Amino acid sequence: MIYQGKQKIWADYQKEIPDDHWFYVRSCIRQNFFPASEKYFLVICRDMLGRDIFETEHHTTCAGIAYHCDTIPQETAMTVVARQFALMTEAGYENFVTSCITSFGNYCEILETWREFPELEAKIREDLWKACRREFNKPKYIAHASDLVYKFRGEIAERAKYRLVARATGEPLRIVEHIGCHYAKMFPHKGVGGAEYPCVLSGMAEAWGGQVIDYPERRHCCGYGFRQYHIKANRGYSLSNTHKKFESMEPFHPDMIITNCPGCPYFLDRWQYVISEMTGKTYGQNGYGIPALTYEELAGLVLGIDPWDLGFQMHQVAIEPLLDKIGIPYDPARKYLGVDEKKIKTPGLPTTLKCC
Amino acid sequence: MDFGYQINPSSAVNLDQVDRRRYDALVRLSPDAATCMGCGSCSATCTSSAWSGMSVRKVLLGLQRGRDAEVNRMLSACMLCGKCTMVCPRGINTRQLILTLCRLDKNGEVVR
Ligand code: SF4
Ligand code: SF4
Repeated sequence: MIYQGKQKIWADYQKEIPDDHWFYVRSCIRQNFFPASEKYFLVICRDMLGRDIFETEHHTTCAGIAYHCDTIPQETAMTVVARQFALMTEAGYENFVTSCITSFGNYCEILETWREFPELEAKIREDLWKACRREFNKPKYIAHASDLVYKFRGEIAERAKYRLVARATGEPLRIVEHIGCHYAKMFPHKGVGGAEYPCVLSGMAEAWGGQVIDYPERRHCCGYGFRQYHIKANRGYSLSNTHKKFESMEPFHPDMIITNCPGCPYFLDRWQYVISEMTGKTYGQNGYGIPALTYEELAGLVLGIDPWDLGFQMHQVAIEPLLDKIGIPYDPARKYLGVDEKKIKTPGLPTTLKCC
Repeated sequence: MDFGYQINPSSAVNLDQVDRRRYDALVRLSPDAATCMGCGSCSATCTSSAWSGMSVRKVLLGLQRGRDAEVNRMLSACMLCGKCTMVCPRGINTRQLILTLCRLDKNGEVVR
């Protein structure tokens, strides 16, 4: 009886994720922060796993950041989103996958708003037609890219070159995950596991050999919070949130953080530098930080893709101690080589946080 | 380095490290304290609350979170009028509870 009850509760947290034929939209900020993640999502899903993932150069921002920063009204964001749906419809797709958590939340919020206020949907359809002569069907399924990687985690594990275990001891790596708020908290039933049972990232980490650590502030905001960061007077609030998370995970000595949102890895990565400069404190071993990885970067690592091709030189926290721990080879001389093996600039070093 | 903003002190409560001796002593002496459901009726009716922040609900929560200084600050603003006792849906004698608390030090010892 108890088992059946649990199964029923768990069923509410499941999500149907079609296996193939997706229309992919990128994130505006991820391409600057962690530029290889989206590319390798496509390489892994399309080239390695043979799925049909379509993207068009005509898609734009979803306007989510401007909406959450209170700089545009929701109707404007809705019209921008309606245009993305029109592109999907024109390309002949019904399943919509977004790279960004904020976009995912934005699309879900807009579809829910239209469901409750059909007259608003009619108005947006009219606005879109007036603006660019386009029409659209609403997507049948909306997924975040991490949903797909979660679905394919078994296939990735079968092809994996490395497992998330410490080479020297054979112990699984200690992984803390941070679930994006716009994925898990706005519409919990639209993400796998919601915020109560966040399993989309932990499912990947466990499938690839790691051990997930449940730390007290696991579900706390990463600190981005849009208005908290973008308005400088509020920025201390953003930093304090991230600081709280680090203080909470520190006693568990995590080897890495895995996230599924554009803002989360950025703040969990870059604020480690700011905290170290302000307080002199670092959270990793031997003066290093704790690497914060996107799920695509993690998938790429276990599949044996070169760390520098995955863009780890763009991280503030050095990845090398983690690579050494897993036993992934890398060429330090290639770290700051860009396209055509041309040397890109080497960044300055922080005073406290140790970087390679 | 000055970035133009700072880290605010965290308000996180580590329940494993909280000192609950004063709360436990209160529940021993006035067992009805444990029946509070945190509805806040007491705070809503409290005349002192508007200008002092006194709230029986917050006092009970503060004790369970080891916030002794905050609790004492609130207790010192109570006028012992007893309005909160009249509205408590759980029938807790909140006025008597406040008086009991004033007799306990932070270690839960009866000192008065
Ligand atoms: S007895 Fe104290 S707490 Fe209760 S209503 Fe009066 S002043 Fe407020
Ligand atoms: S009115 Fe009673 S039950 Fe409600 S918060 Fe106050 S003491 Fe607790």
